[in-house]
Parts: sequence; structure tokens; C-alpha cells
Amino acid sequence: MTATLSSPKPPPVNTVKLDERSLALRRQIVRTIERGGRGHVGSAFCLVEMLRVLYDDVLRYDATNPRWPERDRFVLSKGHGCLALYVLLAEKGFFPEAELWRFCKPDGMLGGHPEFGKIPGVEASTGSLGHGLSFAVGFALNARIDKAAHRVFAICSDGESNEGSVWEAALSAAKHRLSNLTVLVDYNKQQSYSTTYEVLDLDPFADKWRAFGWAVEEVDGHDVAALRAALARAPFHADKPTAIICHTIKGKGVPFVENNLNWHHKNKVTEDEVKSLLTALEGDR
Amino acid sequence: MRKTSLDAVYELAKRDKRVVFIGSDLGIGTLKQFKAEMPERFFMEGVSEAHLVTMAAGLALEGKVVYINTIATFLTRRCYEQVCLDLSLHHTNVRLIGSGGGVVYAPLGPTHQAIEDIAIFRTLPGMTIVAPCDAEEMKRLMPQTLDWDGPMYIRLGKGGDAVVSRPELGFQIGKALLVREGSDALIVTTGITLQPALAAAAQLEQSGISAGVLHMHTVKPFDTEALLAQAARVPAILSIEEHTIIGGLGSAVAETLAEADFNTPKRFKRIGIPDVFPDKYGSQATLLARYGITAEGAVAEVRKLLGR
Repeated sequence: MTATLSSPKPPPVNTVKLDERSLALRRQIVRTIERGGRGHVGSAFCLVEMLRVLYDDVLRYDATNPRWPERDRFVLSKGHGCLALYVLLAEKGFFPEAELWRFCKPDGMLGGHPEFGKIPGVEASTGSLGHGLSFAVGFALNARIDKAAHRVFAICSDGESNEGSVWEAALSAAKHRLSNLTVLVDYNKQQSYSTTYEVLDLDPFADKWRAFGWAVEEVDGHDVAALRAALARAPFHADKPTAIICHTIKGKGVPFVENNLNWHHKNKVTEDEVKSLLTALEGDR
Repeated sequence: MRKTSLDAVYELAKRDKRVVFIGSDLGIGTLKQFKAEMPERFFMEGVSEAHLVTMAAGLALEGKVVYINTIATFLTRRCYEQVCLDLSLHHTNVRLIGSGGGVVYAPLGPTHQAIEDIAIFRTLPGMTIVAPCDAEEMKRLMPQTLDWDGPMYIRLGKGGDAVVSRPELGFQIGKALLVREGSDALIVTTGITLQPALAAAAQLEQSGISAGVLHMHTVKPFDTEALLAQAARVPAILSIEEHTIIGGLGSAVAETLAEADFNTPKRFKRIGIPDVFPDKYGSQATLLARYGITAEGAVAEVRKLLGR
């Protein structure tokens, strides 16, 4: 199989109707934000389907023994999307649900970015962008040195891919033919200030990853079946790391949040906003 | 000194499977034997320091002890955030071996002169900073790096530095060495400033001034106990370092002295690079001389402090 630079047309997004599980996870994110009073709302919403597929269907882990040596490693390089991760880790039993209600509180262990050593199931502290993929390369190389069978997964973001270190890591992973490494790239085409097209255009994004030596597929990042199928096919190539470009909608699931950069991060979420969010997530969309 | 440290990494790797080596884009043939015998633990990762520091952290979180070598400025300035977050915050067992600490690369200009490396690393919680004075001291240091807890920065001298360390004094990371006793003044050193300090002490002795020399091969954790014990005995204290006078050894000494409760008054002076980027080429020796980081400079400052 040879890499080509002809990027297939990205799959359409927002055609997928969110199922009850996806809505329920988002409602749990909103309840967490309600307690913490703040959070990266839009950034968490666009990750829900990727994370639920990873934790429901792909990753091998033991929530009661988070450091189980044979576990698959997962790094949320897009650390500011952590609310979606926290909700899933709590649901899977890595820590009690009550921890969610202490989000960003003085006595809580869950902060605005995930921290290694504090949160069971978190492999590396992220938040500053451009670190997670290099951690993942280190984990994947270690598995190779130790001839261990576990795999390594990471979620990076498009805005994050402004960082040169992401591409240093991409080169390195390809050089080492890390087929045990799979990266899901959240491509919602929005970053804090504006669209990625305006701030720092990444297109042709999938072709860039291909050119850097990765085996690449593109999926609708909210299509659970498509994500499941893509992850089941990974690694796509026996000698290459896998990148799955996930076309997503920032804030997916709530019309007034979708692609609305005012919802990238909220320092203050009002009671009314929480009510509106929950109402929007109750419905049959 | 560099060859000694890298040879030691090879020896450590042979006896301990946890040891991994990462270089950026080092000279041809570097650690050839390591690569030949243990290729799975030898990495030459390219000029990508930000990535390789975090990659090393990943390996270390999995239980490896990772040694990284490249030019000191590129390991300290370029990837400072990676060092701060991925080594210091995660408290990973990664050892950064920085070639050309200070003004070793004098002819290459300020881009290659690591003159604030100690200062910026001192602020990192859990970071250990070691600057051996010669290859023999490096030999004593390296075996102790294997099981040391947390990240470490090892600052390399030029190489071929005069051997002044003495095996009978022993070596322990974090413990200062009293290389010479003195009752009038104390000269505090790190790295290759031990050499001029000892020469200065010998010259001062000729004129009846008794200067002790305390060698701080480890700048962090800083052996305040040893410094205070020696400083208490003398009226004048001088620090001498191949580094900006801001934030390095001299600052660590100043902070310790300022907070101490001595019975007698003290005079103190820092010798180092002033708050500038060196603006001349030449050699390490000529740049050190330009800033008085020499035996003569130390003699003059001790005399001034004592008024003798």
C-alpha cells in the first residue's frame, strides 16, 4: 500500500443523530460544569463519540487497577477537552462519580486539565498543547523495547497541530514505524480565536499526516459506527502509525453551542445556561 | 568530560536494561558501541529537542532511565516547557547531559553559550543540577545517576579540564566537598571554577590569606548546611561560576547567606558573567578572563572583601 497525496473528500458531518448514550454523556458533562462553574464546553462536546468508542470498545484497561501493566495507554493530548474524559473515567469506575461534583474545587482531584499522579487512568499531564503525541511515542517505543503487546492511543486537536512539536513527534513515530500507535485527530476546524482556516490553515490536513509517513483515514467524528469500524481496522498499515482524522463539530449536540466560539471555554456558566444546555440535550435531535 | 559521561552511560546500559540513550543529532560515531550492542535502546532522534524530551518522559514513566545528550543551550532553552512539565512536573527519571555548559563554545557565539542554564533549571521543582569539575569527578557522579529519584541536569565542561578533584574526598550527589580549608575567606565553586579557585587559594596563601574552597558540584539540591558551616568561620565569602551572576550558584549562596543568622558580619561577592550576552569570540579561557572568572579575579575580589 502506498501513501497518496490525494485526499478523499472528507465525510460530511452533523448528519449523525446522537443516540441516548451520547446525549447522556453530554448531560453529565453539563452537570460537572454546573458544579465547577466553568469549563471547556465546546471542546469536550466534540470528543464524546471518540472517547466513548475508545472506552466502550477499544481500550483494554482495568479500572480497579489503573496501572495494570498490560493496559492500553491513552493520552488526551487535547487536555482542555478533559470533561468528556472525566465523565467516562467516572462511569467506568476509575474514581467515584462524586469526584465530578468537585471539578475545579479546592478539595477536588479533577482540574481544568488532566493530571498524571492525581487522576487514576490519566497517563500524562496535558493541557499545554503539543506534548501528548510525544508522550504517546515514548509509550509506544517502550512497548516495542519491552516486546509488550499493549497499544497506545492519543487524541490530538487541530489547533494543537499549530505546534511544531506535534510534527516533530509525527516524524519520529513514522521513523520508528510505530504501528502500535493510533492517533485520533479532532478536526473541528475551530480554535480559540476563529476558524483554523483563518488562524493557521492546516489543509490539506490528512495529506500532511500522510506526507509525514502515517496511514490515514478520515471519518465523521460523531459517527459511532464509523469510529468503531475505523478503530477496528487500525493499525491501517503494518509499518506505519495510524492517524484517524475525525471531522467534528465543536460543541456538537447543542445548537447554540455548535461552532460558537463563545462556548470554547466558559469562565462562568450561569444557571440559565445550564438549564438551556440540559434541555437541548434532553430532546430527540 | 563528555566522553567520560557517555562512556559511563554505555556501561550503565550494559548492566541495567532500564537505561535508554537519546541523542539529537550528535557527532558521527557517538556511542557506536552502544548502538551496535543495544540498538533497541539507542535513539538518534534529530534536531527536535521539544519532542525528544517529552518522548524521554514517556519512556521514563514506563520505568526506563533515559539519558539525553546534546548541546546544553538546546536542552535548556529550546525545550524549557517540556523540561518543566514533562520532566519536572512528572518527576521523571530523565538525565539531561548538556554539552558545553557556560562559555565552552565561545567561538560559536551566544546561540551556543549556556550561561543561564543553571538559573532557569534551579526554579524547577524536583530538578537536580550537577556540574562536575573534571572527568574524574564525572566518573564518580555517573554511577549515582542511575537510581537517583527524579530529573537531573548534568552540565558538561569543555573536556581536558585539569584534574583537581580528589578521590579521597568521595562524592555524593547533593553534598558539597570541602576541597580546602581556610580561616579568612571561603571561595564557593561549581563546575570548572574549582580549578581557578584552588589556584587563587594557593596564591592568597603566599600573601598570608587563608582561603577555603567549597565545591558545590550539585547546585540543586543545594547543600546549605555545608555552606553555612564553612561561611560561619570566615568574614569573606566569594562565589565564582561560569554562568550569569543572576540565578545561579552565586544567587544560591546569596540567598542562603542572607537568610542565615551569623554571629559575625560577612562580606560577600559574586564572580560570574554580568547581565549581558558575551560579545566577543576567542576561547573559553579568553571569555572567562574577560569577566574575571579566573584565579586572578578571585584573588583580587577576596582581597577587596578583606581589605588586605
